[in-house]
Amino acid sequence: MLPTLFEVARFRRELNDVFTLELTPPAGAFPFRAGQFNMLYPFGVGEAPISISGDPDRPERLIHTIRAVGAVTEALERLRPGDGVGVRGPFGSAWPVAEVEGMDVVFVAGGIGLAPLRPAIHQVLANRTRYGRVVILYGARSPEEILYRAELERWSGRLDTYVDVTVDRASPGWAGNVGVVTRLIERARFDAPNTAAFLCGPEIMMRFTVEALNSAGVEDRRIHASMERNMKCAVGFCGHCQFGASFVCKDGPVFRFDRIRSRFNVREL
Amino acid sequence: MSQFEGIDKLLRDHPFFSGMKPDYLELIAGCGANERIDAGQYLFREGEAADRFYLIRHGAVAVELHAPGREPMVLQTLGEGEILGSSWIVPPYRWLFDARAVQLTRVVGLDAKCLRDKCEADHSLGFDLMKRFAPVLSARLAAARLQLFDMYGKPGERRG
Ligand SMILES: Cc1cc2nc3c(=O)[nH]c(=O)nc-3n(C[C@H](O)[C@H](O)[C@H](O)COP(=O)(O)OP(=O)(O)OC[C@H]3O[C@@H](n4cnc5c(N)ncnc54)[C@H](O)[C@@H]3O)c2cc1C
Ligand code: FES
Repeated sequence: MLPTLFEVARFRRELNDVFTLELTPPAGAFPFRAGQFNMLYPFGVGEAPISISGDPDRPERLIHTIRAVGAVTEALERLRPGDGVGVRGPFGSAWPVAEVEGMDVVFVAGGIGLAPLRPAIHQVLANRTRYGRVVILYGARSPEEILYRAELERWSGRLDTYVDVTVDRASPGWAGNVGVVTRLIERARFDAPNTAAFLCGPEIMMRFTVEALNSAGVEDRRIHASMERNMKCAVGFCGHCQFGASFVCKDGPVFRFDRIRSRFNVREL
Repeated sequence: MSQFEGIDKLLRDHPFFSGMKPDYLELIAGCGANERIDAGQYLFREGEAADRFYLIRHGAVAVELHAPGREPMVLQTLGEGEILGSSWIVPPYRWLFDARAVQLTRVVGLDAKCLRDKCEADHSLGFDLMKRFAPVLSARLAAARLQLFDMYGKPGERRG
């Protein structure tokens, strides 16, 4: 599959090393499901898988939030409105947003992991009456590294949504929670047997989050996690993203936890 | 009596004591008092006698570490439904940290000596209390370790 040329419509700085690219789809719309990703190709540098972080109900704007960590993401960081970027996608599995209707929904995001979860949050909030209690838990390294701050404030201002944010390290003046995100789980009241949880963040954070959800009474089959593994082809050919018997690029990135538990956190799998 | 009955119910409603036998709750309630702490006020400071064990009913408390010439470092914040303080149970019964209310906070403060005496007098009450206490402490230790890990740091920069 060859990349299609997209034009950068907007560049927004989110945090020191995190930025959002808004692309205009040449076909007028870019339908995708919450949780899916694209391969972004800054020409001449290489490709990187990046989750789509926009609202699936607004397919006329293709949004990615990216942390600059290496050659490809740093090249993406240099893009400005009018520049071109190659896009292949959308790829991968999606958050089972429709399947969990009628249940309580708990989102647990860590760091930049809020970006891949945001489309699912948009969808659930747009159909709010179809769900029970909606809980959004977010952990960041420090107050300065809280992603989508304005949006978190907007969500927490809603009377029908419970939002709790914590940081690992407080800076002076921070009056919010300090401590890891897993500790927010015990305080967030939800009906555990009837709860679906969506997780995205560093693997170690997800591992402890699953433990906390399990001890609160949420079963593995109700937990869905987005896995990040390095990719090349994104279509199940090259084997780069192999994760046990699955390929993250086509069977994931969103997995039901009971199906990956045995492989989760196995080093260098 | 009515004062104890009130505390009794507060204990029963607090997750820490969930499912405890009513006569134990009554015994423990005899050590308790309602307290209100305004935002900014300290519940205790490092080095002072650890004469209390707190159940947080509402509000939020920051557990802080102070070092001369530095900003206080907040280790964690505790809130509704959580417990505060473990130094009351470990000799020499001195607080190891500061605890400051970050908003108006309501707690049940249990007198530590009273509680220790009752646990000594009735070991099965003491054991019940310890069984509730140990998992909270171990979860907090695990959380503190995870916090040290800097898990949201840039992939390339991660330490060990
Ligand atoms: C399905 C999927 C969705 C993703 N969504 C996003 C997203 O929305 N936003 C975003 O910023 N990133 C996302 N990523 C991660 C992103 O693809 C990588 O950070 C990117 O490939 C880095 O490429 P690079 O050339 O800039 O850095 P590289 O030079 O490849 O890497 C720089 C450093 O980061 C480390 N590294 C790279 N990727 C990872 C990783 N996935 N996990 C741990 N360490 C890594 C490398 O080992 C190296 O130390 C996603 C990854 C996957 C698989
Ligand atoms: S990236 Fe090639 S198989 Fe998944």
